[in-house]
This record gives sequence, structure tokens and C-alpha cells, in this order.
Amino acid sequence: MAHQQIKFYQTGTFTVGNRLLDQQLRTVQATADRSNSLDSGHRACQGCGEALGARFAIDAAMRATDNQLIATNATGCLEVFTTPSPESAWRIPWIHSLFGNAASVATGVAAAMRVKGRSEVRVIAQGGDGGTTDIGFGCLSGMFERNDDVLYICYDNQAYMNTGVQRSSATPGAARTATTQPIGDQPGADFGQGKNVPLIAMAHDIPYVATASVHDLHDLEAKIIKAMALHGSRYVQIFVPCPLGWGAHPQDTIKIARMAVECGLYPLFEAEHGEITNATKIRSRVDVTEYLKIQRRFAHVFKNPDQLAKIQAIADANIQRFELLSTVGNGQ
Amino acid sequence: MLKQIEGSRAVAEAVALCRPEVICAYPITPQTHIVEDLGVRVKSGRLQPCEFINVESEFAALSVAIGSAAAGARSYTATASQGLLYMAEAVYNASGLGLPIVMTVGNRAIGAPINIWNDQTDSMSMRDAGWIQLYAESNQEAVDLHIQAFRIAEAISLPVMVCMDGFILTHAYERVDVPNQEQTDKFLPAFEPRQVLDPAAPKSIGAMVGPEAFTEVRYLAHHKQMQALSFIPEIAEEFKAVFGREAGGLVATYAIDDAETVVVTLGSVIGTMQEVIDDMRSEGLRIGAVSIRAFRPFPLAALQPTLENAKRVVVFEKCLAVGLGGILASNVRMALRGRAMPVYSVIGGLGGRPITQSSLRRLFTKASNDDLEGLHFLDLNKDVVNRALEREESIRRSGSIAENILRDIGLVAAAKTT
Repeated sequence: MAHQQIKFYQTGTFTVGNRLLDQQLRTVQATADRSNSLDSGHRACQGCGEALGARFAIDAAMRATDNQLIATNATGCLEVFTTPSPESAWRIPWIHSLFGNAASVATGVAAAMRVKGRSEVRVIAQGGDGGTTDIGFGCLSGMFERNDDVLYICYDNQAYMNTGVQRSSATPGAARTATTQPIGDQPGADFGQGKNVPLIAMAHDIPYVATASVHDLHDLEAKIIKAMALHGSRYVQIFVPCPLGWGAHPQDTIKIARMAVECGLYPLFEAEHGEITNATKIRSRVDVTEYLKIQRRFAHVFKNPDQLAKIQAIADANIQRFELLSTVGNGQ
Repeated sequence: MLKQIEGSRAVAEAVALCRPEVICAYPITPQTHIVEDLGVRVKSGRLQPCEFINVESEFAALSVAIGSAAAGARSYTATASQGLLYMAEAVYNASGLGLPIVMTVGNRAIGAPINIWNDQTDSMSMRDAGWIQLYAESNQEAVDLHIQAFRIAEAISLPVMVCMDGFILTHAYERVDVPNQEQTDKFLPAFEPRQVLDPAAPKSIGAMVGPEAFTEVRYLAHHKQMQALSFIPEIAEEFKAVFGREAGGLVATYAIDDAETVVVTLGSVIGTMQEVIDDMRSEGLRIGAVSIRAFRPFPLAALQPTLENAKRVVVFEKCLAVGLGGILASNVRMALRGRAMPVYSVIGGLGGRPITQSSLRRLFTKASNDDLEGLHFLDLNKDVVNRALEREESIRRSGSIAENILRDIGLVAAAKTT
């Protein structure tokens, strides 16, 4: 059934829920027969956005491929908290090789499946933002350029969390990390020019690129399922708040993710062959301060109006660039 | 079938006979013709089923092989020099994961200064990466070792590096007896992996191992290499039975029975040495040689009896552990512990410097007279070195050593002509 945006929130929490939907429209997570590919008992922190994102994404991909899935994993939180030997939380064939090579290992797995005539088996590579946008970027771009038949999922928590919250090229300006301390005239991370890997992925003209967020499960699942229906290189980047690294309450993970999207800092969009085909409209726009004030990594921003203005300007630019606001008469 | 063929292309034929299923390569840093030739075979349909993947770096090349081997496909790649260092992290990873990848290293120097010519610094830098390392004496042996390498790798689930001297072997045209498909199939059964990524039986590979088990895992890696010490000669015997010629094994000897001076080396230089040894023996000098064919695992026990009657040992190698001396020499000394006799470490052929018969003859004469320093550099131009040291002594901003030496040599040469 075609994906359609759910037009209502559950009261109070603003969570996009299932309960008022027909059975067929409910999420994979809401079904009793979901694969539980990332099983309970792993060692992620309370409120871990990455654990949620991985669970949502892989279960959806398992549904889409009739459980014919192999995943490769970059070094990082997801790898460490799921596979402290001899335990493994994965119920799928899974391999971890190195920090920077998840895309290439996936290319190898896909090549092996092709040479063995097992076209039904599909391959996913996954990693955090550090393993994707920094150290794994060469392998990722190579995979895109060759259009290898792999879906790469980046769980973006905007820093190297596993090693103690150090800056990555996905760390936003002003954010506090262990290597971008909130001291000096420009506290936190430098603003720089940023590194928007979804846009870079699009520049490779690959069949499918999408951004998603753990706060919108329907949208996330729909994007993964769509990605698995296609062949060639595909890239999905999922926004996954990290309570520990961001200095946030574990119960606020979904709220922070929703705020990031609703303030315009994290646009959700899809692109096919280099062209944007869909951007999720902001439903209830909030000021960036609503998003920033519930994260200690941005606490110093409130004493620094310049930084606050810069962050708001980034959100405003996103809203314009991706046309995130509904135009009058187009329904709200 | 006898062919007059370039070393790289002969190796490509041998690899193709092994029916690899995934070949991945970054074609440069530096390049040989091996993967180019294999690419043609795959694309023309002569080598099928096989996936040939051009990747963006050496790091990616071995990473693709890690993925394909873990998914149960016979996997091959080739590299050398800077490329081997660029993939270093994946080199350790492939052996740690126990993946039976076969990789050719066309031995070349490591910069800086940048140098594209032959020595063995590249593969020696990976000697402790957990791979089995075989060294070819000739192109015939390079061909034969590749066929044995797949067999060894898959039998014990460890990756194998086949090292052959860059240019001297990889680019040299020689007569090579290339095996046929029937023989190769008889010798090399289909790949049956010990671990495989398969949705029908989901397994996690590459989990984190802490202090509670890491020592045991590393011990087992060592244990497997110790097992390979008996397995490698067995495979060489079996190879001889099928193909009718000797190749591989742990060590090979040349005229050592009554030799007082025994030269230990590895790689293609043994060919030149054998000719020098023949000449010197005809003049009455009792000299012989031992060629190390498997450097990892290091054949301590197999080496010891070959040096039993020697009065002195000369270890000759094309690599240098800066700050120590010979790498092979250090290993050979382990085989000689408890023996009181001179062991001379000789470094030669660095960055492609020719190893001539006359230089070797001078070296062996000095060694047999025990007139050699413990660490000797073959054909070292001490004048150039001393001038460089003087420059550094007298001028603070003396500049780049490499460029100064080139200018120095150029100036001296120019002065001579005027």
C-alpha cells in the first residue's frame, strides 16, 4: 500500500501514532510478526536514538526483503552495544570489519551474492555519522560511484559518541563536544560550511537518497521499504538523538528529534537520481530555541546571541531551500 | 603448457585457473598487469562466474575482499608498496577474521623518498599482520605458489600473501609452465568456508572481544600458523604429485652439504646467488645458500638443520629495520640461538639498486674470510653518505637529504665530465 502521511498526532505527546489507523496502514513495528532483527538485551543507553533507528530500519528492510538480508556494520556505538562477544543482539547475518570500510565490505557481500546467483539476498551497510561522513567517506563515495547494489544507512547522532563525544564533520556549529569545548569567543564547534552527505550522495545521481528521523516511524519505514524496492546504491540518513552526548533527558529523544525537524534544522526529504522528489512539510513550526534549550550541548548558545542567530539562519535557509513550509491554500 | 610470458600475466593465468569468484583491485600504487589481465578474462567471459570490481583505494580493495570472502566467495586482490600500507588496517582485519583471501604483493620500496622500484620493505612491514607469507624465487614458482596459496588459505582459514619481486619478476618475461584447468581443479577443491554470511543461518561475524578472551583468540592465530608449518610442506608434496614439479614448501637449499659459508635469503635474488655460488665453488670456496620460501610462519625448525654444518651465516635481504638492521637476519638468529658463530646481516637491493654478481662475489669473499661488519650495506657509497653528514653538521638548514644527495651525485658526475 502506498505511503501516505498520517494526518493526526496522538494528543499530548504529538507522536504520530497507529491506534486510529487501519491494520494495513500500521507500522512494521506495530505488528506481532516483526523480525526483531535487533533484539532486546543489547547494551545501548536509555533513550538511545540509534538503537531505535536501527531497529526500525532493519525490521522494515527485513519485511521488504522477505528476511533475505545481510548487514555490514562500521565500528561505533551500534557495533559495540549490539555485539559484546559472545553475545549478539542481531538476528540477521551481520559482519563488522573496520571503522571506515562498511560500504566496501557491503560491496563485497553484494558481489558474492551476485556471483552465486542469489539475487534475492539484499545488502545493507550501516554506520554512525563518524564512520560515514568522515573516515568511511571514501569507501562510501566509491560505492555510490559504482552504483553497487547496497543500501547504506547512516545513523546520525552528530558526533563520535562511542569514544566519548568528539566532533565529527556532522557536528553542528556551536555544539559542545569533547573536542569542541564551550570556551572562548566562539564556544563549541566551529560553524564552517558543514558537510551535507545526503546532498553529496545526490550529486552521485544514485537511485535513492532520503533523510528520516526516529520521531516519525511511518515516514522512516516507508523510506526504507522504498529504498529496498530499488536496486543500485541508496542512502538513507536517520536523525538519532544521543541523550548522553547531547546532554538531554532519555525520555526526550523523540521530542528532540521532532523539534529538529519542526524547527527546520533537519529537513526530511527524498531524492531520486539526484533530484529532490519530496520534502516533508513542517506541521507546527517551532523556533530553534525550542530544540536547543533541551540539550546541554547548546547551553552556552543562550549567552551568545550571535550563535543563536546563526543557528536560526541555518534553519531558515533550510526551510527556504527545501520548501518546508506549506503554501497558503495547499492545506495545513 | 610452456609459455614465454610476463610474470604478471603468468600469475593472472594461475589465479584464473583457481576460479576466483570476486576480484577487486585498486589498480595503482603501484600497478602490475595482474589485475588488468584478470579484468580482461572476466569481461570477455573466459573467467566466469566472477565479479571484477574496480575500487577507489587499496583500503577498499581489501575491504571488498573481506566482504566477499565472508559471504563465501573465493576472493583475490593484488597490491604492493604504498598500496599495501594504505590497506594495512584491513590486512590485520582479514587475518583476524580468519578470511582465506589470497593477495599478490609485487614487492616494491616504501617512501619517502618516493621510489617505485623493487625491494621487500612493503611485505616485510606486514610480516606480523597474521597472514601467511610465501616468497617466490622465480615466475614459475610465483605461478605455482598462487595455486598452492588458495589451497593453504582455505584449508586453515587464514589469508595468504604471495610475495614476488616487483619488476624483477612481475615485469620479466620468462619461460613458465602454466598448469592446465584439469590439474588445477584436481588440486584445488571448491571453497567451503568455515563461516559464512547467510540469511538461512544468521551469524554475527566480527564481534567485540575483551580482555577475557583476546589472548586466547591471538594464541589460536599463532597456533594456526604453527599448524601451517606442517601443512605448507604437505601441500608442496601434493602439488608435486599433481603437477610434477617442486614449488613452495618452507625452505629450499642450494649446495649446502659441505658449505662453511651459508647465505640465507628470500625472493628472486637466489637466482643470481646460485650462479655466483657455482663460480666460487668451482674455485674451491665451500659456500651454499638457503632460500626462505615461507617467511610467516617462520620455519625455525626447518631452517636449523640447513645451518647445522655452517661455520658462518650471511643473511641477505632487500629490506631494513631502521634502527636495528636486518629483519630476516633477526629471525634467522632465532634459529641459531645457542650457536657461537658469526651471523652477518647484509642489506642490498634497496629501492631497485641492482644486485650484481661482482658485488655478491666481493661480499661472499669478505664474509668467508670473516672480514665483514655485523651489519653491512651492499654497495653503499660511503663518500656520498659522509658528505651528507658533513652538510648536516655544518649547516643548520641543510635541506632535504634525498634532494641533496641527488644534487651531490649529479654534481660529481658533471665535474667528472668537465
